[in-house]
Amino acid sequence: MIKVNGRDKEWEENITVDLLLEKCKYTFPLIMVKVNGKYISKEKYKDTLIMNGDDVQVIHSIAGG
Amino acid sequence: MVEGNKENQKLLISFEFEPGKVEKGYTDRRLYINLSENKIEEKSIDREVKETFTGGRGYGIWYLWDAVSSKTKWNDPENEIIFCTGPICGVTQYSGTGKTHVVTLSPETGTVNDNNVGGYLAPFLKFSGWDLLEIQGKAKEDVVIFIDGNKGKVIIEEVQGLNSDTYLLIEKLTERYADDEKDKRNLSIVSSGRGAENTNLGILNVTWYDVRRRKVRIKQAGRGGTGSVFRDKKILAIVIKYAGVNAGSNNAAYPELITEAGRRLTKEILGLDHVQNGMREIGTVNLLDHMQNYHCLPVHNFKFGSHPDAFKIGNKVWHRRMTQNQAGDSCWMGCAMRCSHAVDEFELITGPLKGEKVLVDGPEYETTAGFGGNCGCFDPDFILEANFYCDNYGIDTIGVSTTMAFLMECYENNILNKEITEGLELNFGNKKAALELIHQMAEGKGFGKIAGLGIRQIKKILVEKYGADAKFLQDIGMECKGMEFSEYVTKESLAQQGGYGIANKGPQHDESWLIFMDQVNNQIPTFEDKAEALHYFPLFRTWFSIVGLCKLPWNDIEPEDNKKKYHGMEAAKVPEHVENYCWLFEGVTGKHISPEELILQSERVHNLQRLFNLKMGFGTRKHDIIPYRAMGPVTVEEYESREELYNQQLQEIIHFDIKNKTTEEKVKALRDYREEQYQKLCDAVYKRRGWDSNGVPTLENIKKLKIDFPEVVELVKKYQS
Ligand code: SF4
Repeated sequence: MIKVNGRDKEWEENITVDLLLEKCKYTFPLIMVKVNGKYISKEKYKDTLIMNGDDVQVIHSIAGG
Repeated sequence: MVEGNKENQKLLISFEFEPGKVEKGYTDRRLYINLSENKIEEKSIDREVKETFTGGRGYGIWYLWDAVSSKTKWNDPENEIIFCTGPICGVTQYSGTGKTHVVTLSPETGTVNDNNVGGYLAPFLKFSGWDLLEIQGKAKEDVVIFIDGNKGKVIIEEVQGLNSDTYLLIEKLTERYADDEKDKRNLSIVSSGRGAENTNLGILNVTWYDVRRRKVRIKQAGRGGTGSVFRDKKILAIVIKYAGVNAGSNNAAYPELITEAGRRLTKEILGLDHVQNGMREIGTVNLLDHMQNYHCLPVHNFKFGSHPDAFKIGNKVWHRRMTQNQAGDSCWMGCAMRCSHAVDEFELITGPLKGEKVLVDGPEYETTAGFGGNCGCFDPDFILEANFYCDNYGIDTIGVSTTMAFLMECYENNILNKEITEGLELNFGNKKAALELIHQMAEGKGFGKIAGLGIRQIKKILVEKYGADAKFLQDIGMECKGMEFSEYVTKESLAQQGGYGIANKGPQHDESWLIFMDQVNNQIPTFEDKAEALHYFPLFRTWFSIVGLCKLPWNDIEPEDNKKKYHGMEAAKVPEHVENYCWLFEGVTGKHISPEELILQSERVHNLQRLFNLKMGFGTRKHDIIPYRAMGPVTVEEYESREELYNQQLQEIIHFDIKNKTTEEKVKALRDYREEQYQKLCDAVYKRRGWDSNGVPTLENIKKLKIDFPEVVELVKKYQS
């Protein structure tokens, strides 16, 4: 199990940040990802593996109405 | 007058005044007009009012409070329509400083309403010498109010036989009042249209002159029926003329602070807008794709949050349709955000201007989502036609589209039928019927007479006259306090449900927009977190309206490292922009202000507005109730459209055993839970705001805010348990 934005989510083996965003349907272009509090730059989404028990934050920078 | 026909014009009154003297952002005087008595006066703004309410909407609400009694109705002569400027209004070195804020009693809600609108009106008004324009009474025939800010003259003329619709009227008035082409940029006109006369959904259009296109452009004061008040007072138009705006027009105390704040923001906009929100490319409609992708786009009267056809009205479409000139246009001088866009040469296929090629201002996100998603008409040409005619007729695209979506659901549920609609087949997606209904509403004809009343009154008619199920209509009629919801699906964001329901004027997102912070980012998980957000953000946003600002440059652009430097709610505040605002306020007025003092200034105005609701017989807990459609799935169809999500919530959050349960049983279990959550949210928000459990500001709070005027204290005492 991992946490994504504070909510439980099943962990899958070999899941990267990139794949997680796709699974969660996080399509918004302006997001900031932190894994266990550590900022992950966009170029590293493909190679950063998420481990079981990780705490992932995906913050959408949207102003809205 | 307008067409040179002297018989059709009659001078009612003229008035001379000392042209503008702005000192540190203020003129300290207001222009008072009484149309019943043909009276024009200069009135001062008391020092105490200035100290307490700061300016703009703060002044507007205070003077309206003074002008009306608890019995006053929106169409009584004593109701006022007040155009407000603010101390920062008109600054040309910082983006988004041209907004006019308008205050009046609303025909939709029966209580105080506020709007903000772009265009050149407020800066011209202030530089002419007036912090406020306050109009009371009613004229007998249509009038044009002309204010010449350079010559120091106000003229009110009676004008007969002119069509009030905006599109042609503003062109005529511009030709009439501008000395030459160059002088057109010195005019700003307020107008409305016949839709405002025949519905409760009237808007004001405020102009600015597009030098590049040589065309008059418009922005709208849209919500709550302000335009209906305007036309009820028989104001055809207000024309203001002022030449000579420059960087020193506000006589600012410390111009260097303003310049520094402006430099910082402009650099961000120019360097980052194209990778952030693309406001310069397509404006607010950039939200469309994101709302669709995150299930927040209202579809079929807010039943669903997305639709497979949404791409037909998505961002790429508007990139193609909006005229691209590298960036959009500024609705006030010096705004680098340039989020005002237009579609040129759009050929109309219906209505009185059928066949004409016109300029359509916008469309904004709300219009696109309302007519496109909510009414199920995923067609950009339809949206443009509906947008144009609503503006032209002076009716609110949000109010009209949300009302229409409600009517469509009623039609599809056989609550309405062709007999009642006089032949209109109001199914979702029927563009022809939707356009016909807009024309009928504007003309006050056919079924349009009923549609133009707005959802609250329509529900009553459907129940009383046609035996409709009142409870179902309450569930699906997306209004609160009498105002229609703006265009976001809030089912999965409790904070935004409160943002809509507890908002002072009704469910318009300009008080707070917390959907992503809550639903997606999950940054405010507890009731206390949500209450904190529903304390801070409505107050912060209120501040724009008391000093004369546009909200967009606050968070539709942000410093590149904002989210790295700050976290959670702090990041959402955009601290460096808050600092800019403190510099701006100090730069103009000379008074140092901290971010906390800024919130305090707003808190006084926001609480007075809540108390104003109370004075008019609203403003308690029961008036903050929202229809269940805003909280969760009303119908089996809705539940089943996101069954996986709802089943999961029932099991994991509520620990409800879904085995062998019918969908109806699951709908009920979810509903019981969500309604309870909403009440708990109200408890938390009221507590955080210093209100009692009935939602009434406590005596202690109003004393702390120094708004404990005798009339206010007396009112609050009546509600103390
Ligand atoms: S951000 Fe847009 S709406 Fe606001 S002042 Fe600038 S151009 Fe006008």
